[in-house]
Amino acid sequence: MNTILIKGAAILGGDPADILVRDGVIAEIGDLAGTAAELTVDAAGLVALPGLVDLHTHLREPGREDAETVETGTQAAARGGYTAVHAMANTSPVADTAGVVEQVWRLGQEYGHCDVQPVGAVTSGLEGRRLAELGAMADSAARVRVFSDDGKCVSDAVLMRRALEYVKAFDGVVAQHAQEPRLTEGAQLNEGEVSGRLGLNGWPAVAEEAIIARDCLLAAHVGSRLHVCHVSTAGSVEILRWAKSKGWDVTAEVTPHHLLLTDSCAESSPVGPYNPIYKVNPPLRTEEDVRALREALADGTIDCVATDHAPHPVEDKETEWGVAAMGMIGLETALQVVQEAMVDTGLLDWAGVADRMSARPARIGRLAGHGLPIEAGAPANITLYDPSPRALVDPSAMASRSRNTPYEGMTLPGRVVATFLRGRPTVLEGKLV
Amino acid sequence: MRHLISAGELSRDDALLVLDTAEELARVSDRSIKKLPTLRGRTVVNLFYEDSTRTRISFEAAAKRLSADVINFSAKGSSVSKGESLKDTALTLEAMGADAVVIRHGASGAPHRLATWVRGSVVNAGDGTHEHPTQALLDAYSMRRRLGRLEGLKVAVVGDVLHSRVARSNVLLLHTLGAEVTLVAPPTLLPVSVETWPCQVSYDLDAVLPKADVVMMLRVQLERMNASYFPSAREYSRRYGLDRDRFARLHDDAIVMHPGPMNRGMEISAEVADSPRSTIVEQVGNGVTVRMAVLYLLLGGSEPAIGGTA
Amino acid sequence: MSDVQNQAHAVLEGPDIHRALTRIAHEILERTKGAESVVLLGIPTRGATLARRLADRIAQFEGLKVPVGSLDITMYRDDLRLRPARPLGRTELPPDGIDGRTVVLVDDVLYSGRTVRAALDALNDVGRPRAVQLATLVDRGHRELPIRADYVGKNLPTSKAEKVKVYLEETDGRDAVLLIKEEAR
Repeated sequence: MNTILIKGAAILGGDPADILVRDGVIAEIGDLAGTAAELTVDAAGLVALPGLVDLHTHLREPGREDAETVETGTQAAARGGYTAVHAMANTSPVADTAGVVEQVWRLGQEYGHCDVQPVGAVTSGLEGRRLAELGAMADSAARVRVFSDDGKCVSDAVLMRRALEYVKAFDGVVAQHAQEPRLTEGAQLNEGEVSGRLGLNGWPAVAEEAIIARDCLLAAHVGSRLHVCHVSTAGSVEILRWAKSKGWDVTAEVTPHHLLLTDSCAESSPVGPYNPIYKVNPPLRTEEDVRALREALADGTIDCVATDHAPHPVEDKETEWGVAAMGMIGLETALQVVQEAMVDTGLLDWAGVADRMSARPARIGRLAGHGLPIEAGAPANITLYDPSPRALVDPSAMASRSRNTPYEGMTLPGRVVATFLRGRPTVLEGKLV
Repeated sequence: MRHLISAGELSRDDALLVLDTAEELARVSDRSIKKLPTLRGRTVVNLFYEDSTRTRISFEAAAKRLSADVINFSAKGSSVSKGESLKDTALTLEAMGADAVVIRHGASGAPHRLATWVRGSVVNAGDGTHEHPTQALLDAYSMRRRLGRLEGLKVAVVGDVLHSRVARSNVLLLHTLGAEVTLVAPPTLLPVSVETWPCQVSYDLDAVLPKADVVMMLRVQLERMNASYFPSAREYSRRYGLDRDRFARLHDDAIVMHPGPMNRGMEISAEVADSPRSTIVEQVGNGVTVRMAVLYLLLGGSEPAIGGTA
Repeated sequence: MSDVQNQAHAVLEGPDIHRALTRIAHEILERTKGAESVVLLGIPTRGATLARRLADRIAQFEGLKVPVGSLDITMYRDDLRLRPARPLGRTELPPDGIDGRTVVLVDDVLYSGRTVRAALDALNDVGRPRAVQLATLVDRGHRELPIRADYVGKNLPTSKAEKVKVYLEETDGRDAVLLIKEEAR
């Protein structure tokens, strides 16, 4: 029999309680002084959250194992307090067949740092021409429910409509990367004051908003679910608020970096101007957008936080801005950033964090066994988090194979102390088990 | 280490020091022995990722007149064309002991990046659609020589502001030096945030011309036409070109400038370009002098006397 | 003028400077046999002022307009890298140039001789004088190069720890030469 006693944890930030885990399941919660267990974890001062679930992770395997592998990516996830991640489809080969998604899913099982739920491509090869075999991926061992061409927008309105309709057959959802391609040709940075000054091609907010508006209307028209990836503008928030007010089945995510950073990072930052560590798709926006995104996450207009963890090797970032790869890693800092942007600002309590980083993403992804409340009978997916320390972000200490964190040189609050996946510790005392 | 990457990092005193130094150096250009020993033993690398013979030659002449050793490193036919990264090239130049790197690059911000990888001074000779600070300095120098002042001067900058590094640098520098800049362009060729720049904006060239002391015409890249920035070369020329009729509406002392190379017949008519009130040819000569001043002030002492940190 | 209150004392006052320049002007006339082919070139800033004063004196005495100009030597200095790049002074040669002339270089203080060395290099690039002579208001010794002045206003024995500062009416509002004892640092 396998037992773990977590002592004195503040569940969702509430009063300290002990949690007894037996055989991967939460057995008992309360004052359990005197209870014996094979492993006892002192959680005094720590917040207990349900294991975090990421709807948007790039694990890069197969194809770009120099940037990340399923092993290192899931290690990073565990270090960040995650017990499940959705692996995006833009690998090489693309995850557009049952074969590829099953391979990724099995690798996740094998390493066991966290569950890996593959996302299937919407179109073959992400080419935006023909639907991929969505049903075969749904029926595979990987049980794919989220489909996305992330990195590319399904810009063809007819194709998007068909995808939205088709996935209804197996309760799937299309997660759209909203980016009107013509409006963003050669785009480098949010179109605004900073891009104008820096002479970087502008990436207008409207390119995101126009697609979101169209897709909301399409989803309503065909009565399907739509999920919007990495919402980044105040205008997008307005459109989502309107769509939700209509009762349409639309959900949305925001990344930690869009909750904290702005396009001004490209101009001045601890790592110098034009440092492509801040180059990301969608681009960092303005203060006003950050404010709107935080409010939207707080009021539920935006359903969840998703990292868009996008590892890139050093040589793809130590370049001129224009040729650098887009994306930043985020699994290992997500909870800290959310604390900084949402909790310490009073916008969200820990119950809210659990909802936006665990319960809702699990529900959107139709992921069984994750995102459940910490209560007796639930699978013991638990994250213990210490919100009190504040430290300089150290990229070299990260588990990810890549180092492209935008928080280098910044201090962030908090630290993930332990992560349990179905009762098995994947991280203890901040270190991988 | 200090660099000259953006005209915006020059204080008024810095900018005036460059212009005054250039003024003194101009006297050297008039004598038979044009060479000065000042930068003997210093190495200046011209790192050019874009073809720009006129700018490269200008910097080369400036460095040579100050007795610096000049290494020309052009993207074509070098390891750069074989895909070597800017960082590796930078480390190579560093190993060669470059005291200054003059960089022309198609990517905005490349000089900033370079400055993080080399110890020497970085001089921006044009980066993408960002800046071209020595061009702005030579423009200001040319204006001051012709008109005797910069303070209060009314300068119209006309054309493709959106893609123009010359316009960005000129707006910043001329503002610092007290001139009043008006950008004139079709709305499609202005950045969306232009109202935050320290200048005026107009879509109407004819309304601006009578008040202007200086009209600076920017080159219009013909490929912009295919991207629907304006309907046709003819229409552009009719609305924003400086032809004889518009030229006649300038006041008598006003001058016409162009950073070159020109599209004669497009943004500027041949007779305007060749008129005595055009400074286009003397801008070239002034370019060498101003670049000498910049190199002297960055490299001539124990530490640079102007410029910003990257 | 804080250095006046400090350990500074005037070694030459206005009238002394006036007398010294008058004497130098006479010596130039004498040595160059009437200053017929002389060009006075001052080293900016104060050398240039002194050169103009000498030219005025010569004009007074002989009614002769000696061509006068200035020669900036900044770009020829051998100690450029010891200090931040400095602003340039003005080089202004008389319209007829210096070829075949007797150039009298004028500086305020002669010390190591390095400024004069730089001036000789600079002269070399602007023409070919028949002869070059040197006039200085103060010679404070401590030469580091084989250079000596042809005309000296005052020989002033100094220690290297001291500073000599020349004030002239045109640039500083008064005429004086101060000897300043540097505080031991």
